[in-house]
Amino acid sequence: MIQTDMLIIGAGPVGLFTVFEAGLLKLKCHLIDSLPMPGGQLAEIYPKKPIYDIPGYPSVLAGDLVDNLMEQIKPFQPGFTLGETATYIERLKDGNFVVTTNKGTEHKAPVLVIAGGLGVFEPRKPPIPNIIDFEDKGVEYIIKDPEFYRHKKVVIAGGGDSALDWTILLADIADEVSLVHRRKEFRGALDSVEKVISLHKKKKIQLITEAQVVGIRGDEHLSEVLIKHKTEGDIIKRADHFVPLFGLAPKLGPLANWGLEIEKNAIKVDTFDYQTNIEGIFAVGDINTYPGKLKLILCGFHEATLMCQTAYKIIHPNKKLSFKYTTVTGIDR
Amino acid sequence: MDNIVNITVIDRNGERQVLEAPTDMNMNLMEFFKSYEYDVEGTCGGMALCSTCQCYVKSEHELPEMSDDEEAMLDQAFNVEDDSRLGCQIPITEALDGLVVELAPAF
Repeated sequence: MIQTDMLIIGAGPVGLFTVFEAGLLKLKCHLIDSLPMPGGQLAEIYPKKPIYDIPGYPSVLAGDLVDNLMEQIKPFQPGFTLGETATYIERLKDGNFVVTTNKGTEHKAPVLVIAGGLGVFEPRKPPIPNIIDFEDKGVEYIIKDPEFYRHKKVVIAGGGDSALDWTILLADIADEVSLVHRRKEFRGALDSVEKVISLHKKKKIQLITEAQVVGIRGDEHLSEVLIKHKTEGDIIKRADHFVPLFGLAPKLGPLANWGLEIEKNAIKVDTFDYQTNIEGIFAVGDINTYPGKLKLILCGFHEATLMCQTAYKIIHPNKKLSFKYTTVTGIDR
Repeated sequence: MDNIVNITVIDRNGERQVLEAPTDMNMNLMEFFKSYEYDVEGTCGGMALCSTCQCYVKSEHELPEMSDDEEAMLDQAFNVEDDSRLGCQIPITEALDGLVVELAPAF
């Protein structure tokens, strides 16, 4: 079991900066994030966008801010559990929390910091009413192993790079690949677009544009996909697999069931120390709410700084905490 | 009144309301929906990156052309129609007076 002083859920900018502030107090941190890399929204949604309201930076690219934060916390050697979602929580008799991920990794800490931002990034699911019934029975939102589709009939939906790339890759593996896209144009990398069009011309795949998948059918397993074409009406396609690739969208996720007080998809905290209704669990950054809350990175940094004070007292109830400036003591690890 | 346009909003229950929108506050349609407490998340804050502010433009107004970013986001959205737009990409200007806009279903 991974053991640490502060277990931080969410490795976005605020989660990362929490490591720094905790580090100044000589508290060890470990971070869990459902994404495979640190940075949260900044890395997943807008790495190339400039941010203008980070004090001291007239402009900084979101991706660069993440790199800088990683550099800044390096001296404190935080641990990371990436690509896993914090799913279960248990409180031990000694007050420690045990958090287990969806992949079974266990973490133990006396203090839990939820810096979950918008929540967990999950694949966008098309609004097909019975789609949940066919999950893992022919509907997959992520392709893990292309070989899984050998000799199968596959319908892919979407117009971005991943839809194009998988269509190209599966063209040689699956029996039949159809790509369904809302409009005629694709936005992915130009050579992928050209490759898909050429595969279509060679009849290696079927390209169905100006169309959307509106229904799926089957008994135990998916067997048919219903496609609505803008001008040609409905198309019924036999298929063993339907793979909708519409990117990721954030959802509050499993921590919605942890007994925390939640208001409008955010966790309520006390602004004294950003503690939640459960003692020892804090929430900082975009995921928390309080009167006057603004969802800004710089506000999250402030929240993280203050919360570490109370966290320290929980972790070291008998130790005195003195306040120091980094200009005086450096980062003194 | 100066710097005010009227916009008709049709919500997800089909209810219509004519509302005043300021043209001098650097606002876009997504922010306008939120300011009247419509159930529009605007998760990404207006970067054309989440599609939670998708709406259907029901009047013949000339709107700013769609950027590649907006087109790409609509490719990942659902319930997309020919008159779909992302509210966050439409700034509130004089030209919007009399606009009729319907909120797309939340997903």
